[in-house]
Amino acid sequence: MASVFEYAPAPESRSVVDIAPSYGLFIDGEFTDAADGKVFKTVSPSSEEVLAEVAQAGAADVDRAVKAARRAFEKWSALPGSERAKYLFRIARIIQERSRELAVLETLDNGKPIRETRDADLPLVAAHFFYYAGWADKLGHAGYGADPRPLGVAGQVIPWNFPLLMLAWKIAPALAAGNTVVLKPAETTPLSALFFADICRQAGLPKGVVNIIPGYGDAGAELVAHPDVNKVAFTGSTAVGKAIARQIAGTDKKVTLELGGKGANIVFDDAPIDQAVEGIVNGIFFNQGQVCCAGSRLLVQESIHDELLDSLKRRLSTLRLGDPLDKNTDIGAINSADQLARITALAETGEAEGAERWSPACELPSSGYWFAPTLFTNVTQAHTVARDEIFGPVLSVLTFRTPDEAVAKANNSQYGLSAGIWTEKGSRILAVANQLRAGVVWANTFNKFDPTSPFGGYKESGFGREGGRHGLEGYLDV
Amino acid sequence: MPTTLTAFADVTTSDSALRRFLHGLPGVDAVGLEARAASLGTRSIKTTAKAYAIDLAISMIDLTTLEGADTPGKVRALSAKAVNPDPTDRTTPMTAAVCVYPDMVATAKAALNGADVKIASVATAFPAGRAALPVKLADTRDAVAAGADEIDMVIDRGAFLAGRYLETYELIRTIKEACVREDGSAARLKVIFETGELSTYDNIRRASWIGMLAGADFIKTSTGKVGVNATPANTLLMLEAVRDFRAQTGIQIGVKPAGGIRTTKDAIKFLVLVNETVGEDWLSNHWFRFGASSLLNDLLMQRQKLSTGRYSGPDYVTVD
Repeated sequence: MASVFEYAPAPESRSVVDIAPSYGLFIDGEFTDAADGKVFKTVSPSSEEVLAEVAQAGAADVDRAVKAARRAFEKWSALPGSERAKYLFRIARIIQERSRELAVLETLDNGKPIRETRDADLPLVAAHFFYYAGWADKLGHAGYGADPRPLGVAGQVIPWNFPLLMLAWKIAPALAAGNTVVLKPAETTPLSALFFADICRQAGLPKGVVNIIPGYGDAGAELVAHPDVNKVAFTGSTAVGKAIARQIAGTDKKVTLELGGKGANIVFDDAPIDQAVEGIVNGIFFNQGQVCCAGSRLLVQESIHDELLDSLKRRLSTLRLGDPLDKNTDIGAINSADQLARITALAETGEAEGAERWSPACELPSSGYWFAPTLFTNVTQAHTVARDEIFGPVLSVLTFRTPDEAVAKANNSQYGLSAGIWTEKGSRILAVANQLRAGVVWANTFNKFDPTSPFGGYKESGFGREGGRHGLEGYLDV
Repeated sequence: MPTTLTAFADVTTSDSALRRFLHGLPGVDAVGLEARAASLGTRSIKTTAKAYAIDLAISMIDLTTLEGADTPGKVRALSAKAVNPDPTDRTTPMTAAVCVYPDMVATAKAALNGADVKIASVATAFPAGRAALPVKLADTRDAVAAGADEIDMVIDRGAFLAGRYLETYELIRTIKEACVREDGSAARLKVIFETGELSTYDNIRRASWIGMLAGADFIKTSTGKVGVNATPANTLLMLEAVRDFRAQTGIQIGVKPAGGIRTTKDAIKFLVLVNETVGEDWLSNHWFRFGASSLLNDLLMQRQKLSTGRYSGPDYVTVD
């Protein structure tokens, strides 16, 4: 960063959000303590400051929440679609009205920069509710028969990387289709879900339609296993996804899993280089790389490898890492000490296996969980950093010679969630995209989301689609 | 640092060689370029950074009047404003230059009276550029002889759009030679592409390379006389071009967005583009300019706001 034009701190005000010292579980329209009185603390990853104490759901609470959702289901599913739509539109509007507050809250609890929560997370959250509100009275036209029925109670478990957005992806289609939900947010990021509970009350949503039960993995497992849950929706790690699949085997529960990824970002020699560099940066450093569809493998045509790497390194040197609430911050904090340890260990493995590690000169704050943007070059398919999902700001750079080789290497992964293609040649985009085994393929862009577009994986990245018309299927008895 | 064009010597030997080179440049993805420019536009520049940016922006202005109705009186008023933008605050920096038509250069020179403000003159049948070469040369020599420090020429967009790239290149070379004074020194040459007429980003990148190869000291977006003038995206693209050119030749070239930049907020967005694309080497008026007229008063009002804490309003800056 140029020293003569030093940006003064431009922090977004914390005063727009009022975080209470403690929060309960949201069950049947009320905030209540956990049955066993357990609580846990949620901290701000950028400072390790304790933000609030939150009730921790256990088996009894899961049961209570599922029963509340079951009681609410009959009336909710019997409402005309146009009535359910009214609630969803109302929720969407309240989210828009409170978006600044929610953006600051999300940044505090998650550690991601305010620039992202303000410009990406919150607009997408509102858009998702608006979009599915529109479907609520048109389910008969979605291609699933004249009058498709909801499933019942949906048990939903979401991750910490996009806490409110993943909530929206889960709750909006579920409610539009006429289901009621019990949602467990991640233990490191429960706050925005609890604020959403307040929004449900503000919108006058009938009691029990949405229940929010913060807790750990055990509560998630209880929810998945609960006999009165008809649908399980999970976004998170492949290991937990496999456990869930085993858990529900032999039941009639419908399930959608959105799991890990190791997205290939393929840059051909005729790519728009400057924009490709932006796309690579956005692909792996958006949300500190804690994105399941991150473009964590850069496949670059060998003939432009050096030129592209020079551009990429120059660009990384301008990334601004620091206080997530500062409006000029590009890279925020890693979400938790555990995640930081995992990223650190995998990066060390990369070095130990002989890949070349590079980071821009970058001062890390003394408190909180931080990891500098990192590149690995001289990476081959055999390296751990080319195969395992790191879920952090770490990019592995590999090369290819021909389009066939690019496709072969891109597909040579246990995952199949996302991929990117960079070329000015339209026919190549179409040809390569058709051969990629990935749920989302971006052309000359990366990490672009829209509620109308289905999202989901191949292989160990999971199954089922969220978003778009396709996203309704997971919540309808079809 | 190498300062050589030898690597590109064979590029301009024929029309076909130049075409191959220009069409071999990496393409520009319009959506991605505009998204990047917009994203840099969200930078929040406050307090000390804003004060720095406002003074820098004032010092980068080519204060411009290019009207059929320009009179000596108008040019004298403009020159006085350039030297002393804010009569209530003598610490305000001067603008970089005044920019006038060739027949007003002598008037501006007399009015500036040796002050450290450059005189830029448009030339080559500005703004359309539709005149024969001898006319363009005479126009340029006339401005230089009258005392212009800088020449803002327009390329022949007709030749460029017809694919006659070498002709476009040769025109710039010829005008560059006409910028040389009798004592051997030369006026700095700014080359205006009229990006609004070139229309595509690929064209803007190609035109930038033609200009840089032909010896432009500055590449400039527009005349201010067409519908689309300077935009964050086309300026970002030209900054990328001068960055790449210096990386390959060691030669540094300036950039001048012109037309349509009217507010402090806009100007600061452009400075952020400079800062995060080419860095501090370009953060001076030797390498970056704003072609503008109404921008100055908005900068002055914002400057007064920063120093006094109050908005004063348009009656507290001079209208010239």
